[in-house]
Amino acid sequence: MRYLPLTPQDRTSMLETIGAPSVDELFRDVPTAARLNAPLDLPPHASEMAVERALKVMANRNHAAGEGPFFLGAGAYRHHVPATVDYLIQRGEFLTAYTPYQPEIAQGTLQVLFEFQTQVAMLTGMDVANASMYDGATSCAEAVMMASRVTRRHKAVLSGNLHPHYRDVTRTLCRMTDHPVEVTPVHVFDPDLDALTDAIDDSVGCVVVQYPDVFGHIADLTPLADACHAAGALLVVVVTEAVALAGLKPPGEMGADIVAAEGQSFGNALNFGGPHVGLFATRDKLVRQMPGRLCGQTVDADGNRGFVLTLSTREQHIRREKATSNICTNSGLCALAFSIQVALLGEEGMQNLAALNHATAVQVAERLDGIKDVESLTPAFFNEFAVRLPRPAGPVVEALAEKGVLAGVPASRLYPEEASLSDVLLVAATETVTPEDIEALGEALEQELA
Amino acid sequence: MANERYTQEHEWVRVEGDVAICGISDFAQTQLGDVVFVELPEVGGVVAKDAEVAVVESVKAASDVYAPVSGEVIEVNEAIVDDPETVNRDALGEGWLFKIKLSDPGEIDDLMDETAYDEFVAGEEE
Amino acid sequence: MNVMNKQGRPTVPAGEDESSAAPETFTGNRALALEEPLLFEQSAEGRSGVDFAPVPEVKDRRGALSRSGTIGLPGVSEPQVVRHYTRLSQKNYAIDAGIFPLGSCTMKHNPRLNERMARLPGFSDIHPLQPESTVQGALQLMKELSRWLMTLTGMPAVALSPGAGAHGELTGMAAIRAALEAKGEAGKRRKVLVPESAHGTNPATAASLGFEVAGIEEDEHGRVDLKAFEKSLGEDVAAIMLTNPNTCGVFEYDIRRIADALHEAGGYFYCDGANFNAIVGRVRPGDLGIDAMHLNLHKTFSTPHGGGGPGSGPVVYSEALAPFAPVPRVEQDADGTLRLIERANGEAEQAFGRVKGFHGQMGMFVRALAYMMSHGADGLRQVAEDSVLNANYLKARLSEAFSLPYTDGPCMHEVLFDDSFLKGTGLSTLDFAKAMIDEGFHPMTMYFPLVVHGAMLVEPTETENKQSLDQFADALLGLAQAAKAGETERFTQAPRFAPRRRLDETQAARKPVLRWKPAA
Repeated sequence: MRYLPLTPQDRTSMLETIGAPSVDELFRDVPTAARLNAPLDLPPHASEMAVERALKVMANRNHAAGEGPFFLGAGAYRHHVPATVDYLIQRGEFLTAYTPYQPEIAQGTLQVLFEFQTQVAMLTGMDVANASMYDGATSCAEAVMMASRVTRRHKAVLSGNLHPHYRDVTRTLCRMTDHPVEVTPVHVFDPDLDALTDAIDDSVGCVVVQYPDVFGHIADLTPLADACHAAGALLVVVVTEAVALAGLKPPGEMGADIVAAEGQSFGNALNFGGPHVGLFATRDKLVRQMPGRLCGQTVDADGNRGFVLTLSTREQHIRREKATSNICTNSGLCALAFSIQVALLGEEGMQNLAALNHATAVQVAERLDGIKDVESLTPAFFNEFAVRLPRPAGPVVEALAEKGVLAGVPASRLYPEEASLSDVLLVAATETVTPEDIEALGEALEQELA
Repeated sequence: MANERYTQEHEWVRVEGDVAICGISDFAQTQLGDVVFVELPEVGGVVAKDAEVAVVESVKAASDVYAPVSGEVIEVNEAIVDDPETVNRDALGEGWLFKIKLSDPGEIDDLMDETAYDEFVAGEEE
Repeated sequence: MNVMNKQGRPTVPAGEDESSAAPETFTGNRALALEEPLLFEQSAEGRSGVDFAPVPEVKDRRGALSRSGTIGLPGVSEPQVVRHYTRLSQKNYAIDAGIFPLGSCTMKHNPRLNERMARLPGFSDIHPLQPESTVQGALQLMKELSRWLMTLTGMPAVALSPGAGAHGELTGMAAIRAALEAKGEAGKRRKVLVPESAHGTNPATAASLGFEVAGIEEDEHGRVDLKAFEKSLGEDVAAIMLTNPNTCGVFEYDIRRIADALHEAGGYFYCDGANFNAIVGRVRPGDLGIDAMHLNLHKTFSTPHGGGGPGSGPVVYSEALAPFAPVPRVEQDADGTLRLIERANGEAEQAFGRVKGFHGQMGMFVRALAYMMSHGADGLRQVAEDSVLNANYLKARLSEAFSLPYTDGPCMHEVLFDDSFLKGTGLSTLDFAKAMIDEGFHPMTMYFPLVVHGAMLVEPTETENKQSLDQFADALLGLAQAAKAGETERFTQAPRFAPRRRLDETQAARKPVLRWKPAA
């Protein structure tokens, strides 16, 4: 078997050194009743070719985004990942390295994390960022927990326009940890910041708002931040499309206390929803309450600059039951991919990318505006917006998919219980969308709605 | 420096009038290693004897500090927040952590004097 | 003395002639050991590593919310980026470079077939919210992975969504909490029993769900003290969190007794599956009486560690807990169509909620399934056998000089030593580990589990061959001997040859510098 290097002679020789008659003897502590005496009812080992064949059959049953016009967003975005990124992350010294607990032989990983933390702080406009979380949704839940620790208030107010997966992950964790949650009603016409402001009282530890929100709406969050601060609460801003940070006023410049975001848009393929990479950024004064790993700069015994994991006493392996979170892993390789792509883009490339995303989305919006009975719901947006169709959006999307056009995410997929949203379609357009794609979408939709 | 009293959790107390100045012992700071951060209690808070009131962090460990006596926290040592190294350098002097206004002065009598504490430490180290 | 090298030229033994002392290089580099500054320190305005088509002229729809001002990102070209990350990669130790004997981490070889499969566009270029009819192959893969995991563990249900092991623990314990709530017992059953040897994520997970953590001591054999355990059972106990094999590297042979007693007393059994590599294919945790267990795809099933993540931590559940498993779940209709249940109502009305955005770490599912299919049932069984054999071989070779805290029998896939063998040398486990770095090895897990002084937990995994193990053992025995012979500097000055010497972690914690900032 190609991954198992021991030969029968090796095993015999090793058993002799150990002084055991057989390998079975090494398993003697297993109760007899629990011992399996034969391999389980699963296929036997297979060659690389056979495994490839079988998995390709499964892969080919899926319609890949690149096969045709593609307009889905709602928390995962299809961007062009340069060839360099995928090549570099497959270097064995990155791919098969461990968490940098022995910093002397992990300066590669550690310097990457330091650069990543800096990039995230810059993009979000915040003071400091951690070395990544599992994804945006868990990042959001952890932000609520952090706000509760900082303010010593247990209640969280979530915007109804927060991505429902983020809302549900946060609500689940809050329920399990006895943190009351209030969710304002979903509001398709605008971010409904007034509802959030009205919900703030002195039992509230944080308000969570998404920017741009799930319908693509953007709004200045400064008045909301001020209202939170006046009441002693924190403002948590969620960003599901990291490229938006480059094209819009960043949350850090609007008074956000914590930014919980999804970084998948940089360097990481859609991957059917995972692995992605959660971003977490905050103010300097709150750094000791931040969950997750942190990389810091220091010097070594020869006085050379180096990097180490630091402020670890917040974490599970030291604080155990008093940790800021139970989190152990970060999203290392995905954070590396993010960092490489952001490095390749640079200031100029990043601004170009943002401009291209917005311009493309505007072109799509204009094409759809031209279709009879399709109503635009998002006057101001970045690269994602909502439209109202004259019929339920779910079946329309299904029909277009059969023709090879992936038209967007029907709001009913995320809000199945909201009848008023059954005809709403969420459309995203990134730099990967071509003029041909836009025309194909327009035509297909016109035909379907005729 | 012979008028300190000690707890089994390696805190020391020095009484001045009805105020108890508290910190961690020299033994405790050597065990912890370089102190990197101290989380102090809130001024004005009322604490009960043996309650967790502070945390002293080194690079590899975080040690809870328990109130050696009951009462109101009237002052905390802000200086060590910026310079936690003081706790290592002068644990019994400038490295003090917080001051409690005693609600029950009798509690002091239950604590070990220096000799008893030194014996206690020697016993633990075996 | 005139020593001749293989080319017949005289060489001077190092240190004997001062004029041959190595001069400092002008660059600070040492041949292939290259220094590399931060990206931000090699920036040029206007430089970029990406080209775009011109931006079409449109009516801007962002109002006053366009980003103005600079972000501050450095400008570098593509060749520069490749060089930057290539140089950084060369400063990392990795499984691809050598043995990585970290106990409880299972640092086995990461097959490249898995990488190729995960990158098939049919798996990597699909959106989680595409119509289900367009992703039947993805759902099929998730179903197939579920089948392997349930069969290997002997459990009837599985949740694939947790993003990592600790996340899996949360997902398992949350189902237990939900089950207790459904029975109306959540108020009275607030205690979770956790062995003192447990991984820090265990008590952290329990505490984060509002449970009180009660420690149980281990006995003199490194296993759960049965008497202590039985004494702590009661109507206030919600669950136990046990690792098996445990973190001392031994199998908890009383586990069935523990499970039965616990169930009698009304509690649930959570098993930390981090050490599944020792028993995969030879023992099914379901036969041991567990109610929930997380698996680490990045440990037992070879998905790469990537410098710290991403991981994947699916959780298997018993019949009792299955109804409470989180969403999403993959279901199959009578006609074979696969669909996702994404809300906690209807069919999944008792689900305790959702733990992650979308459906789980699909990229890791593909890799893990490719690994499982490659090994097959017979190969996976061999994995367990070889991992246990390798660990026992190291135990036999190293116990010549190292001290074993528990000596009553074989270990499983990892062997635990303590630092008593260093007594009198003035050296610590940490010093020993740093000297291992100079020998070209990543150190073993240190100072864990906490129940033993100066712990050294060694897990070679099944992908190390005998020569590799012998080289490792020979070097460690040499170091042990050097320690006893008083060669202190070899340890206290280590590492000498790594890209960096020992780093000042105190400074990093006292004055945290967590990002680069432009000069004011």
